[in-house]
Amino acid sequence: MNLQSNDFELFGLTQQFAQERGALDARWKALQAQAHPDKFAAQGAAAQRLAMQWSVRINEAYQRLKNPLQRAAYLCELQGAPIQAHSNTAMATAFLMQQIEWREALDDARSVDDLEALAASVDSTQNDLLTLCAQTLDDRQDYPAAVPLVRSLMFIEKFRHDLDARFDALS
Amino acid sequence: MALLQISEPGQSPNPHERRIAVGIDLGTTHSLVAAVRNGVAECLPDATGAVLLPSVVRYLDAQRRQIGQEALQQQSADPGNTIASVKRLMGRGLADIADAARLPYALVDAPGMVKVRTIAGEKSPVEVSAEILATLRFRAEDSFNDDIFGAVITVPAYFDDAQRQATKDAAQLAGLHVLRLINEPTAAAIAYGLDNASEGVYAVYDLGGGTFDISILRLSAGVFEVLATGGDSALGGDDYDRALADWIVLQSSTQVQGLEDQALLLQAARACKEALSDEDIAPVELSLEAGRIDLSVNRAQFEATTQPLTARTLQAVRKALRDARLQTTDIQGVVLVGGSTRMPQVRAAVADFFEQAPLTNLNPDEVVALGAAIQANQLAGNNPSGNLLLLDVIPLSLGIETMGGLVERIVPRNQTIPTAMAQDFTTYQDGQTALALHVVQGERDLVADCRSLARFELRGIPPMVAGAARIRVTFTVDADGLLHVAAREQGSGVEAQIDVKPSYGLSDDQIARMLQDSFSTAQVDMRARALVEARVDAQRLVLATQSALKADGDLLSAQERADVDAAIDALLASAQGEDAAQIEAISKQLAQVTEAFAAQRMNRGIAQALSGHTLDSLQDSFKT
Repeated sequence: MNLQSNDFELFGLTQQFAQERGALDARWKALQAQAHPDKFAAQGAAAQRLAMQWSVRINEAYQRLKNPLQRAAYLCELQGAPIQAHSNTAMATAFLMQQIEWREALDDARSVDDLEALAASVDSTQNDLLTLCAQTLDDRQDYPAAVPLVRSLMFIEKFRHDLDARFDALS
Repeated sequence: MALLQISEPGQSPNPHERRIAVGIDLGTTHSLVAAVRNGVAECLPDATGAVLLPSVVRYLDAQRRQIGQEALQQQSADPGNTIASVKRLMGRGLADIADAARLPYALVDAPGMVKVRTIAGEKSPVEVSAEILATLRFRAEDSFNDDIFGAVITVPAYFDDAQRQATKDAAQLAGLHVLRLINEPTAAAIAYGLDNASEGVYAVYDLGGGTFDISILRLSAGVFEVLATGGDSALGGDDYDRALADWIVLQSSTQVQGLEDQALLLQAARACKEALSDEDIAPVELSLEAGRIDLSVNRAQFEATTQPLTARTLQAVRKALRDARLQTTDIQGVVLVGGSTRMPQVRAAVADFFEQAPLTNLNPDEVVALGAAIQANQLAGNNPSGNLLLLDVIPLSLGIETMGGLVERIVPRNQTIPTAMAQDFTTYQDGQTALALHVVQGERDLVADCRSLARFELRGIPPMVAGAARIRVTFTVDADGLLHVAAREQGSGVEAQIDVKPSYGLSDDQIARMLQDSFSTAQVDMRARALVEARVDAQRLVLATQSALKADGDLLSAQERADVDAAIDALLASAQGEDAAQIEAISKQLAQVTEAFAAQRMNRGIAQALSGHTLDSLQDSFKT
């Protein structure tokens, strides 16, 4: 166990997509209870610095593990199937058409109800993709096949962010 | 001053010997200091028995000043030199302060942060706050007849980096060792949660004199996990006063001019507001230069006038819930904090929104200071068996400016701290040796709409063709919510460390100068102080090392153990002497000798966290 261990090793979890959120949260808290700088407040600067490094590393791993999209992307990277989100933007036509539809619906939304209807549709597509992701990664262990799924999920997350911004603007 | 007791190696310190650590709520309207005594957190009163110190400083001349109640009483007589609500100026430029023209004292624009023009010269909000903090420090020292080991200072959760840094600077100026800055709602949750042994998801609605915060927290087995936080660092009881004052002026068609009249009007509005918390109708009687104001205000009128302010708070609550991906029905309880939550319309609005009666069984004025005291006591090491753990978040996203004045987000808001993010940059011209970076904080997409935190240049990049350099910039947000930036050219290893502070805060030189000028420390011989501090630090280090040896000494070989013991003996010997610099140097040596040991202990701790026992017990408590 060291700062270079991968997220799953650090958290003592099986290296797979399916994770139980309750167990993940409990491990995060157990690890922070050992490493948080507050536990070393009355000690020297060296201990503080070290605690800070560990605490940052634990939080980084937790952020990645608790977010299904980031967890999937990380698994692909670990298994030698990089996502290349910036350089590879090829997407299936059907998916792009749906993106355009959503964008138009977002532009046309005039009320919180409109937004909620759109959010429901987005969330349902997202859940379907996540289920597919779980099958591809854990059952078939076909990491390259999961890459386009992860990229689709990235688009959806970006859209979800814009949707939330509209919620903020309307409420 | 009590003499320090440094125990011999192998001998534990007197169990009754504890470090005095305090919690300080540095509020817009008033401030408090609290400490844990005999296992219970309590607010410390002044000589007259008052717990609340009005956050007001009056400058009488270059030397003398009044602080607290005395200053408050003179506010309308000497508004220009009586600084109230200084918290709203912390870390703010003149352009950030919406109602600067309406303040009863004069502001001066200064680089980074405004200053206040007083009879004693131009005063930084940091200096004014330091006067308040020093007063509380003296109060605590008198209460315990002992030196203060350290303090936890609370800040609104929604304070940005500049406001946090300003608060920390003020504490340093007041001669306080800051153990931690913690967020006010989190502090309230500690006091509340530990008092009520609560578990589950709670909302803390904190409407103070000048700031509004909402935090959503999950409480479980001593762990306080902030799920989301939001608010408005310029919305509070002061705004209710002002709205009512405007309404009064409109009703009486009187022209209110001059600082004195404005101060009187605001005071009357505040008194009327407070009266309306208990009464249905309250009178306003005022003799101003412009004439008499004589009218009465009923609660419905006051509520209608201030309704938009209350609505603004609920908007922030909605946003925080969305950030936490929760519904109002997920919230187990709502805790009210801050004097402004005494207003019936605020309580009703909160109850209505969450569809449950808010919890108010702790005094909303005291609860923040009490929670800070509990955390301070634990950080000072007085409660080794305590399992209190705060997992707080960064309230506002951090980003950097990219082409076209757009913001690229580096650390998103509501991420648990401490946290770090690295970003790679490259050069866009052949032979380019410097790179400029602009760090901003806020949620908007345009740089112009966010708060500028720092501009800095990385120099000394080795000349290369455009795009060949790879400069990794690491943004670290520490547990206080403060940003540190480091940059490194990956090929050459050229490193640049940037402290974000100097761009808007105070440089260490400025702080040192202010310390020398400052009333709060003028009587203290600086050298004696340095010696005391060096000894306290040495004692702290020796105790920490000894307890580490006791727990995990088996990790060391005989030779390593002998080295550590020798370093401890050397430090104890030097602490008997009078040379602060020497004590510090030998402290550093001990720290160096134990560095590898600390790393091994950390690994053991992590391994233990992952092995059966700790985890099972945590999971069990998680289910309940």
